[in-house]
Amino acid sequence: MSRQSNRTTDSKKMNSELFTLTYGALVTQLCKDYENDEEVNKQLDKINKNISKWPQTFERGYNIGVRLIEDFLARSSIGRCQDFRETADVIAKVAFKMYLGITPSVTNWSPAGDEFSLILESNPLVDFVELPDNHSTLIYSNLLCGVLRGALEMVQMAVDVKFVQDTLRGDNVTEIRMKFIKRIEENVPAGDE
Amino acid sequence: MADEALFEFLHMEIVSHIYKEQQSGKAEMDNKDRAVCVSVLEGMGFRVGQGLIERLTRDSPSFKDELDIMKFICKDFWTKVFRRQVDNLRTNHQGTYVLQDNKFAMLTQLSSGKQYLDQAPKYLAFSCGVVRGALSNLGMESVVTAEVSVMPSCKFQVVIQKL
Repeated sequence: MSRQSNRTTDSKKMNSELFTLTYGALVTQLCKDYENDEEVNKQLDKINKNISKWPQTFERGYNIGVRLIEDFLARSSIGRCQDFRETADVIAKVAFKMYLGITPSVTNWSPAGDEFSLILESNPLVDFVELPDNHSTLIYSNLLCGVLRGALEMVQMAVDVKFVQDTLRGDNVTEIRMKFIKRIEENVPAGDE
Repeated sequence: MADEALFEFLHMEIVSHIYKEQQSGKAEMDNKDRAVCVSVLEGMGFRVGQGLIERLTRDSPSFKDELDIMKFICKDFWTKVFRRQVDNLRTNHQGTYVLQDNKFAMLTQLSSGKQYLDQAPKYLAFSCGVVRGALSNLGMESVVTAEVSVMPSCKFQVVIQKL
């Protein structure tokens, strides 16, 4: 039966399609709520939970990342990474593969070894998406930056994550630049919680 | 692939975002605000449902009748979206269907009993929209509501709108 064969080949794709479509609905909703794309970008991102004035775009990704890291550690039982290079490899080869089904490549290491790029040939978040002209500055996948930042902060690493290239805006590949800022101290002052 | 977790986290964030947005500046939410949140979430689900059903039924033959469509929703569609089949489908053969899912995917992480029962509707609005969107693109206008008495079991009521 044709329906049967559709099921087996599409079963893995379907979950990612649900996620892709839902993410699209979220971005559309944010575009409706906020006037300009910069606000929406910030919403998708949210850099630091202490800076409460930041618009919430990033916060969404950040909140997801903070929870996702636990799920990731539970599923992958990877131990503590020794250095930033190992972290980069784990993110690219294990985490991205596990959640999005793609393996980005890690390149463009800075001389000091504290910055690298993740190159994604294909970005599942933008599977059915085109950016209309009036939204050309929108960083559609900014949620990813928030997720990465939130997740790494939970394992005591403060990083800066941003999109350098984006296929939606005409580049050939999607490139995310990650920069290690500092190691966060284990003991958070009581007032922060 | 562990997309289930990713989607569940995204869904939780979306719900939390919509509610926070609505509440900003006010001390408390009143029922009108809650209704707005629910309809925004349902609208998002509607768009997603429309897209999903198009992808899913691209190559399959057309459906014989309403009941056939509902059975498809309960089996194939539910499996794709919520990773299990609907446990029970009842109908009055006059356009009203009740779909019962005893372990609804969006509720399993919330609780398994009566705790947080009042929070459940927030997490069901999106899914109601998904079902309504799917039916809409199959040519059936409907009204979809959900009710929960004991988590994670949940009943969706679909009332087909006849013109």
